Amino acid sequence: MSEDTRNEVPVRLVRRPLVTESAVGTPPPAPAASGETVNITIDGRSVEAKAGQWIIDAADEAGVYIPRFCYHPRMKPVGMCRMCLVEVEGPRGPTLMPACYNPVADGMTIHTKSDKAVKAQEGVLEFLLVNHPLDCPVCDKGGECPLQDQTLAYGPGESRFVEEKRHWEKPIPISDLVYLDRERCIQCGRCVRFADEVAGDPFIDFAERGDRTEVAIFAGQPYGSNFSGNVVQICPVGALTAKPYRFKARPWDLQQVESTCTTCAVGCRSAVQASSNEVTRLIGVDSDPVNWGWLCDKGRFAFPAAAGSTRLSVPLVREGNELVEATWGAALARAAEGLARARRSGGIGVIGGARLPNEDAYVWSKTARMVFGTDSVDAQLGDGVPAETILGLPRATIDEAARAALVITVAPDIKEELPVLYLRLRHAVREQGTQLVELTPAPTGLTPYAAETAFYRPGELAALAAAVASSEPVTGDVAGVAGATIEAVRAHVARAAEVGSPSGPPVVVVLGRPSLAESEAQVAAAAHVLAGLPGVKFLSALRRGNIHGALDFGLSPGVLPGRVGLDAGREWFEYQWGAPLPAERGFDTAAMLNESSRGRMGALVLVGADPLTDFPDSNLALRGLLGARFVVAVDTHLNASVRHADVVLPASAWAERRGTFTNVEGRITWLSQLVVEHSVSWPDWMIASELAERMGVNLAFTCLEDIWAEIERVSPLHHGVHYELLSGIRARDGVVVPADAATIAQTVTSRPLDPMADPGIASAELHRIAPSALLVTSVEMTPEPDSIDPSDHVAYPEPPPSGASGEGVPAVPRPLGAPPVPAPSGAAPLAQGLRLVTRRTMWDGGTQVQAAAQLAGLAPDPAVRVNPAVLAEMGTAEGEMVVLRSSRGKLTVPAAADASLPAGTAVLTWNLPGGSAGDLVDSAAVATTVTIEAHGGGS
Amino acid sequence: MPVTDAPKIVTRRLRQDRSWTLESYLADGGYQGLRKALTMTPQEIHDSVNTANILGRGGAGFEAGRKWGMLRQESPVYLTINGDESEPATFKDHALIEGDPHQLIEGALICAYVIGAAQIFLYVRGEFPLALERLQAALNDAYGYGAVGHRIFGSDFSVDIVVHPGAGAYICGEETALLESLEGKRGYPRIKPPFFPAVMGLYGAPTIVNNVETVSNLPWVLLNGGDSFAALGDGRSKGTKLLALAGHVKRPGNYELEWAKVTFRDLIFDPRLGGGIRDDNNLKAIIPGGVSSPWIGPEHLDVSLSNEAIAGIGSMAGSGSVIPMDHTTCTVRAAWRIVRFFHRESCGQCTPCREGGGWLEKVLERIEAGRGREADLDLLMDICDNISPGVAWPPAQTTICVLGPSMPPSVAAGLRMFKDEYLAHVREGRCPFPPDRLPRRLARV
Amino acid sequence: MPRLNPDNLQRALDLIALYPQPRSALIPILHILQEQDGYLSEDGMNHVGELVGLEAVEVRGTASFYDMFHFEPVGRYLIAVCTNIACMLQGAYRLLEHAEERLGVAPGGTTADGMFTLEDAECLALCGNAPCLTVNWRFFGDVDPEGFDALTDDLRNGRLDDEVPPHGTLIRVRRSVGLAAAGPTDEATPQSAEVGADVDAGPAPHRSTGPAVELSTHRTTTATNVVDAAHLEGRQ
Ligand SMILES: Cc1cc2nc3c(=O)[nH]c(=O)nc-3n(C[C@H](O)[C@H](O)[C@H](O)COP(=O)(O)O)c2cc1C
Ligand code: SF4
Ligand code: FES
Repeated sequence: MSEDTRNEVPVRLVRRPLVTESAVGTPPPAPAASGETVNITIDGRSVEAKAGQWIIDAADEAGVYIPRFCYHPRMKPVGMCRMCLVEVEGPRGPTLMPACYNPVADGMTIHTKSDKAVKAQEGVLEFLLVNHPLDCPVCDKGGECPLQDQTLAYGPGESRFVEEKRHWEKPIPISDLVYLDRERCIQCGRCVRFADEVAGDPFIDFAERGDRTEVAIFAGQPYGSNFSGNVVQICPVGALTAKPYRFKARPWDLQQVESTCTTCAVGCRSAVQASSNEVTRLIGVDSDPVNWGWLCDKGRFAFPAAAGSTRLSVPLVREGNELVEATWGAALARAAEGLARARRSGGIGVIGGARLPNEDAYVWSKTARMVFGTDSVDAQLGDGVPAETILGLPRATIDEAARAALVITVAPDIKEELPVLYLRLRHAVREQGTQLVELTPAPTGLTPYAAETAFYRPGELAALAAAVASSEPVTGDVAGVAGATIEAVRAHVARAAEVGSPSGPPVVVVLGRPSLAESEAQVAAAAHVLAGLPGVKFLSALRRGNIHGALDFGLSPGVLPGRVGLDAGREWFEYQWGAPLPAERGFDTAAMLNESSRGRMGALVLVGADPLTDFPDSNLALRGLLGARFVVAVDTHLNASVRHADVVLPASAWAERRGTFTNVEGRITWLSQLVVEHSVSWPDWMIASELAERMGVNLAFTCLEDIWAEIERVSPLHHGVHYELLSGIRARDGVVVPADAATIAQTVTSRPLDPMADPGIASAELHRIAPSALLVTSVEMTPEPDSIDPSDHVAYPEPPPSGASGEGVPAVPRPLGAPPVPAPSGAAPLAQGLRLVTRRTMWDGGTQVQAAAQLAGLAPDPAVRVNPAVLAEMGTAEGEMVVLRSSRGKLTVPAAADASLPAGTAVLTWNLPGGSAGDLVDSAAVATTVTIEAHGGGS
Repeated sequence: MPVTDAPKIVTRRLRQDRSWTLESYLADGGYQGLRKALTMTPQEIHDSVNTANILGRGGAGFEAGRKWGMLRQESPVYLTINGDESEPATFKDHALIEGDPHQLIEGALICAYVIGAAQIFLYVRGEFPLALERLQAALNDAYGYGAVGHRIFGSDFSVDIVVHPGAGAYICGEETALLESLEGKRGYPRIKPPFFPAVMGLYGAPTIVNNVETVSNLPWVLLNGGDSFAALGDGRSKGTKLLALAGHVKRPGNYELEWAKVTFRDLIFDPRLGGGIRDDNNLKAIIPGGVSSPWIGPEHLDVSLSNEAIAGIGSMAGSGSVIPMDHTTCTVRAAWRIVRFFHRESCGQCTPCREGGGWLEKVLERIEAGRGREADLDLLMDICDNISPGVAWPPAQTTICVLGPSMPPSVAAGLRMFKDEYLAHVREGRCPFPPDRLPRRLARV
Repeated sequence: MPRLNPDNLQRALDLIALYPQPRSALIPILHILQEQDGYLSEDGMNHVGELVGLEAVEVRGTASFYDMFHFEPVGRYLIAVCTNIACMLQGAYRLLEHAEERLGVAPGGTTADGMFTLEDAECLALCGNAPCLTVNWRFFGDVDPEGFDALTDDLRNGRLDDEVPPHGTLIRVRRSVGLAAAGPTDEATPQSAEVGADVDAGPAPHRSTGPAVELSTHRTTTATNVVDAAHLEGRQ
């Protein structure tokens, strides 16, 4: 396979979509598609269809395309636009019916091209153009517009409409990101249905009636949804446009690749488009197990950050108090020299790595152990969950969670941090009968859908989880949660065990960090007891980019690539790498910062890490950086922590490099390169290799393929997961590791992109210049017989019998098992005051948001939310300033009342410009407590 | 003479003083039908209603008893009375609600007893505040009298009634749009399948929707028996029918007449009824069953006003509104006004209805204003054809509900019956009818 | 800007209790809001949304489907002239034209003194008395240009104040009973327990306060000629 074809995801050139998945979220009247098949006749051809399937889907599968506008395969049909009318034979002769709203029945005879059907289709198209402004030359959608395309294919040729058209004020902003041009709207309702049905943010609706119908927002209440970009994507005309993309490019100028969004850890598939070597747009691609075509707004709109003003473009070295530009050679030499010194005295700590693709994470993991001689590597910044907990517990996929009878969340606000996972869970609750139970200290975006929400007192999560998992009678409150609530949660657990799941575990725990002001040990302890629930599996809610890749490749203390413990893997990896591994488990980020703050670390290497903004305890982070003797930062942007570095090495950003990505499920998908690297930045693996080289070790990696070949050889988790598998036709849905032989050998059928579901992708594809797409046109990929020996590819191959063939070859190590029992968290009494809860929101002070000019202003102003009773007691009105004090510091912010909060809890959003909870959090405490007082009052 | 012999069933009390009060109703034997019903089994009443063969009076003409029999067997069941009457020139339910609200309440209660309804909603057009006031007052009194609510008249039967006002949208008369509206939503007709609210109606529960006049017949049927009702009328069209006569007649108004026993000629010309065309002008055309029905010419004057007979001449009886138009009528203008109505009232879901209506209106407006082209005549027919393929009656449709297909009949009938008049508009470059009757907005252009 | 006042809030809550689902009470509550302010204010719609569990844009989106709701203040008297077929055949457009000239506004417009808003309406179901119009939805039939002038004079001079309530008032009779059905249908109307004081849980008789005002009837043309059951069997 040539370099070119590996570079890109193969996409078959399609004019007409063949959606192989049946409609999701069918409306009540249609019988749910069962496994049964029925025989129908479409245009004289007899075909099989799934019982209960919509005619339009059955036709798609049979290769018969029926034009459409309002129908979207991921939403309930409404049958409004009337574009999909076909003739169906019935007792009273053939009748016109919308194909999107009528299920197939055995023996049904359907005509999609009869005179009457064609006349109806032409008629509808002519009607649609009656009030359409036909301003295609200046419309963003021109060239990729379903209305244009279907008019060409199914329209009447010319319009007979000579009257005056309807007029409306040209585009009006309906949010900071989306414009609405009502003249172009064809009232298909996709946007308002998406907002309500899919996202649960019904902030747009139809107003007025008849041909005055318009999409509208309420005065002064913009369409502030975390998912607003999707309505732009699915609008079949140019009525909704995205501010960042308006007038940026014409579709036929675009180059496109398919890739994975790395903004959070869900790993949504997307089509990435560029014009003149600049990324211009992202469109969600329908990956059935993951994102169903949706993207969140941060993932969709944050890409301009890569070209933002703080983007690093050249290496920097410290001269006195200043960072000055340097050549790569000089900077690498400085770094290598400093690190070599540090290796000898004090040791090196590596913080970060969640930004890196898998290959780069592997190389950094190896470099740290082999070259830096340290196990102090941590991709989590004290804001996650212990790696052993995430890696050691049985893992669930998103689909398994969505099909489980019960989902328990021990997590932050998923709607803000893993937004598309929120969409999937919300759908599961609303359409698939999944019950949701939340164990959370404060309300989240999922709370409205939860069957039960147990608001616990921060710092007491473990006690609550123990009460939930136990069968002892509940007496009184636990962790601030009423006994009755705990009983109710237990009842849900019992019911789940009873009803089970059609496939997969009956209970899935979505596990993350409910609050950054509560210790991760609480989460670990809670996970430990919940792991005792019958048949339970865990879905990680760690949020940061490729954190799961980083963990899988050993960027965590005590964990080696392939989810192998340091000691368990020692022999194998020393054999494979030909170098001794660190003798002892290293420090995690908190410990590294602690050590460093006392001047005891030789060097800190920040690999895409900004502890000053991301480590929960800002005070400790600052002391740690100030106390470090030598700091090397490898990053894309000049963030707050990078400013403290002695050497800054610029790294390539997403879309500038290739690689693979691992999502919350352990699903590996392909990251494509689309634009040429920014300035002189390098991919992270190359930077590690060069550092190693200068420190005397030649890692011998010349390209990603070399790296992956080694990964496949040494990482038991990745055995058999060939690169061809990931970059080939599989790429869209990827492969969940560990993958068994059957999964690996599975024949995958391509699902061409549906230009009517997500316009813009296929049309651009038709015109794009990127050659790779034109090369690969295969529909199926069956692995070449001799390249795959199924016995090679069982996950975690059995170790060869001792003493047998492989003399001197150590046994393949086993993966991490159940996590260690957490030490009983000290019942150290917490200080008096409110217990602090802090967690992230989509638009915050983080680099991804702040470096993108259009997004920076979206971050809300900070405010502390407390129960109104708290304010009443203080005599403070909403909006007035209050002072929060903790053992770490103080913060003055406005107060907001929130009656849904427990009285003893204060909620402060993490990292907003103008005030971060990090100034208050004490990472050593089980939970941070704060006192609150009116500003300027007395003290 | 049949015109007067038959008893008045639903309008019997309308001329009485303060007919809408409980005292007046009780004085006329009010609520006796309900009392009798409560001594019978629901099945017995249902049988009797089947015998009576009460066709739905809301326009579709579906047998009430048969509809009740189609209920999906699941509780709760709801009963919704359709009092949204907004069909142009139909004003019979308006009179019934205002004039005899207790009769409506009693009828609804009888129906609720038969179908086992958990709750009754009386959906009344919002622009009828007087009707709403009288109905609400009557309901309050009926509760006080023990006819509604808990253990009605001491029986085991309990049901609540809610008077629900609409807010001005013709489409909410369509039964599924009515249910959406009653759920507090935009009045979008629901797409079929499911085909009947009896299967999936209000809140997804099985629901009966009946017209005001339909259920207003029930007290009488209970007291006099289904047979007596079926003895009136002919064929499928049994009992009496309340006909709303408007337009160019001397005596417009509501007339309750034995069904199928009167012809258009009787209704329009009988001195006790329409009394003839105003100013003794010539009759030009009749809109026989509401403005969605195809027009008929004077040659059909002797057709009986029954459902079947009107269907036999390619039109429909609809909700029972009859509009004669005299020879001074500009049929382009009449078609324009009817299309304008449907265009304004289209809910906007279906492309053909939403856009086709506006287009038809604009073309007709242009022709009426003297700016038409001959090609517009074919264009009009083709737009009609794209809304209602074949432009036949009963209509085929490219739309969800029949509001869209209600536009073509007036246009098609006009073009068929009065093509020369259309051509005259085009050729003369103006409307050939007296300008003083020209809608001002057209005259200006 | 006004939200529902306490009295109207209570009425709204009472209405919500009548329906199996709160959203069903949306339109009746909006009528109350319009009665309070003469139109639907933004704050009011926000408030109603909170009550029935909708976003304000959904309240507005639903309300704007219906012609009776106004989103800007209208004149003290909303005069809706029917121009649909039956009235048109009887000269409704002449009447409308006269009204436009007399009031100096086009349909949709409001007179400078805020007294009248004119509307070109669809069929009002008073076709037996065509041409007809409504003033704040109170009916006037057989209206000729002279009658129109007399009517507007009467309105201006307050002579019809008893019969034509202020704009927004839909119905002057309050529901005086809550849900009462129990026993067999109890389960189907679980909210009956929540109606509180308005509910008679037991088999006791039900209170009735009767009509709040003496109800007016239809009028033809002027304030002097009351015609009862006006559209039954022909004009005299
Ligand atoms: C556009 C449209 C408007 C309608 N308007 C009314 C109406 O105002 N009143 C009514 O009773 N039925 C109306 N109907 C008929 C109803 O859908 C339904 O058939 C009727 O209420 C059933 O009651 P019935 O069986 O007692 O006639 C309308 C139907 C359509 C399609
Ligand atoms: S035909 Fe017209 S009124 Fe009926 S559903 Fe379609 S758009 Fe609405
Ligand atoms: S009606 Fe079927 S796609 Fe719109």
